[in-house]
Amino acid sequence: MENMLFVSSSPHIRSEVTTQRLMLDVIIALIPAAFAGIYFFGARAALLIAVTVISSVGFEYLIRKMLKRNNTIGDLSAVVTGLILALNLPPSLPFWMAVVGSFFAIVIVKQLFGGLGYNFVNPALAARAFLIVSYGARMTSWTPPLTMAADVDTLSFATPLGALKQGGKLPELFDMFIGNIGGSLGETSALALIIGGIYLIVRGVITWHIPVIYIGTVGLMAWIIGPDGIFTGNPLFHILAGGLMLGAIFMATDYTTSPMTKKGTVIYAIGCGVLTMLFRLYTNMPEGVSYAILLMNVSVPIIDRCTKPARFGGKAHV
Amino acid sequence: MIFQGFRGGVHPPQAKNTMECVTVRMDVPEKAIIPMQQHIGAPCQATVKKGDTVKVGQVIGNSDAYVSVPIHSSVSGTVTAVSERIISGSRPVVCVEIKPDGLQEVSEDIKPPVVDSKESFIKAIRDSGLTGLGGAGFPTHVKLNPPKDAKIDTLIINGAECEPYITSDYRECMENTENIIEGIKHVLKWTGIPKAMIGIEDNKPEAIKKLEKAVEKINNISVHGLRTLYPQGAEKMLIKTLTGREVPPGKLPSDVGCLVMNVASVAFVAEYMKTGMPLIKKRVTVDGSSVKTPMNVEVLIGTPAGEVFKFSGGFVSEPAKIIMGGPMMGISLYSDEIPVMKYTNALLALNEKDGKIPEESACIRCGRCVSVCPMNLLPFDIDRLVKANKYDELDKYNVMDCIECGCCAYTCPAKRMLTQSIRLGKDILRRKAKK
Repeated sequence: MENMLFVSSSPHIRSEVTTQRLMLDVIIALIPAAFAGIYFFGARAALLIAVTVISSVGFEYLIRKMLKRNNTIGDLSAVVTGLILALNLPPSLPFWMAVVGSFFAIVIVKQLFGGLGYNFVNPALAARAFLIVSYGARMTSWTPPLTMAADVDTLSFATPLGALKQGGKLPELFDMFIGNIGGSLGETSALALIIGGIYLIVRGVITWHIPVIYIGTVGLMAWIIGPDGIFTGNPLFHILAGGLMLGAIFMATDYTTSPMTKKGTVIYAIGCGVLTMLFRLYTNMPEGVSYAILLMNVSVPIIDRCTKPARFGGKAHV
Repeated sequence: MIFQGFRGGVHPPQAKNTMECVTVRMDVPEKAIIPMQQHIGAPCQATVKKGDTVKVGQVIGNSDAYVSVPIHSSVSGTVTAVSERIISGSRPVVCVEIKPDGLQEVSEDIKPPVVDSKESFIKAIRDSGLTGLGGAGFPTHVKLNPPKDAKIDTLIINGAECEPYITSDYRECMENTENIIEGIKHVLKWTGIPKAMIGIEDNKPEAIKKLEKAVEKINNISVHGLRTLYPQGAEKMLIKTLTGREVPPGKLPSDVGCLVMNVASVAFVAEYMKTGMPLIKKRVTVDGSSVKTPMNVEVLIGTPAGEVFKFSGGFVSEPAKIIMGGPMMGISLYSDEIPVMKYTNALLALNEKDGKIPEESACIRCGRCVSVCPMNLLPFDIDRLVKANKYDELDKYNVMDCIECGCCAYTCPAKRMLTQSIRLGKDILRRKAKK
């Protein structure tokens, strides 16, 4: 028996939570949004999801092999990246462009910076930004949902935020809530995304702080900076429009690129909300969620440094 | 009144399987191995040599150092060896090995101490060999004699027992209630501390009820149910919960007017004042997935772990890991020859599934280690710096504040050995400070 005993530093028990289990939970939480995308945009949406997921996992496997590192596809993080990337793309995007996106996300942003945990921005978001810069026209041409009336002008079809910017007809809030609007594959159905978000919070994968504060900030700013002077805005429109739900629940909450402390998390979430509204209201772009999150991602090291928790017993408590 | 408590903490599975197991007394072991260091402080020199006959309660090791306590024989018999052994860690410790004769003849020196002043009380406590029985093993007489300028207003009695599996303190509360109260009265009387607070986690309602009943007519001792949250029983966390005070970095409980003693320690004080029998036995919880019959055993100090497991009924499966203490802070033993010591409160044998060491993967920066750290540290950052040999930067991370509770490593989804890294970091900083 002497030689058979394990000896290690305490603690000798570990929680059930593993990286793989967390990633699996994120995948499960994204399923309602993925199904909503397929429901509203048809079989092509399913194919696009398959293309990004398979190519992301494939790139993860290949680059790790080329870099002579251990195989990490088992942690499921590449599946999550591929899935989130698909949900961020227009449903009609050519498949090869989606593969380019996967390559940028996995190889450039994630693995060349050291792999899981080392990327300084969210890989799927960075890939989306890269695709917008590279293939701007295709990345902003939207298809109407299959469920919409047949008389929609498909050529000039716009997202709600696009319509707002160009002065088009705005959709009903209920359609925006269930996802019967134009937009990226997985961003349109607030309902499906909220179901996923509640699952993540219940499972303890994320806390409510980032989504609620981010969305709350957007709502507050939308209300204050209204079209007819202060306090005339419609917060619900801005909350339900564009990629806010997807961004606030699934991308701003990315562990690696969000702050480590509670206080930092609050600052980060408020920053995401403020930047999103500044982009939406005061720039040429209709939407600002991606760039807001990316900018806050790169601010995380500074936020972390400024929000170190107070030392236990550091101040006089007697 | 209970203050808000401490920040962080985790909820490991409690596994208190032995709560209803009334303590069973184990016989004299086949051999007793008694280390000359079972406490924090200076090791003792053996005062016996090979071939000597010893009796129960006889001093077999002592030291002139202030922070040290004598060590007594737990058996009567013949000394068969005085030699160095590795107990835990890397430093060998002199151990006195005794072949018991089974008669358990008590030494003539054993008589109740005469106590008539604080000084004689503290001397008696030192003579008793008492160290903190909760797990850390700090000599009690040193605690009882804080610096002159420290004004202690609260004696805190630790019955939190927040580690999974362990129920030895719970059994102490249930089986030895009167001695706990009597011991507290002794300490209050001779130290002049005005009041005592007993803290017990609320997963032990029977113990809370029993002690509450026992202090009903005593107005300066109170019993407090504490939220069940590991590491509630850590000294600094317990003080924070019960008094709202935070022990400043590098300071002692006496700096915030508190003195903390374990329930078993105060019960021992009462027993010692009556009989004069020094600390030679310990109540130990035997449990773990490899153990056939989990139970609480009263064991003579020096009994090898293997003999205790055998007494309890042996194993259902080959143990992969043997732990002395709880699974969160206990020490894993390299051999079942390691004896029960003063601070031993549990012996756990884990099977292959529970005992194997998980593989580390990359930190995903989820922030769990930061949110559970009761000392407000950044375990992931310390781990990163230690692994990258960036020792110069460690100074800024309050590494020495770590109480090694293990919450960070417990909660880490990437299974990183954060607590181990921080221990290493502390060691590096200590060495740097010595230079």
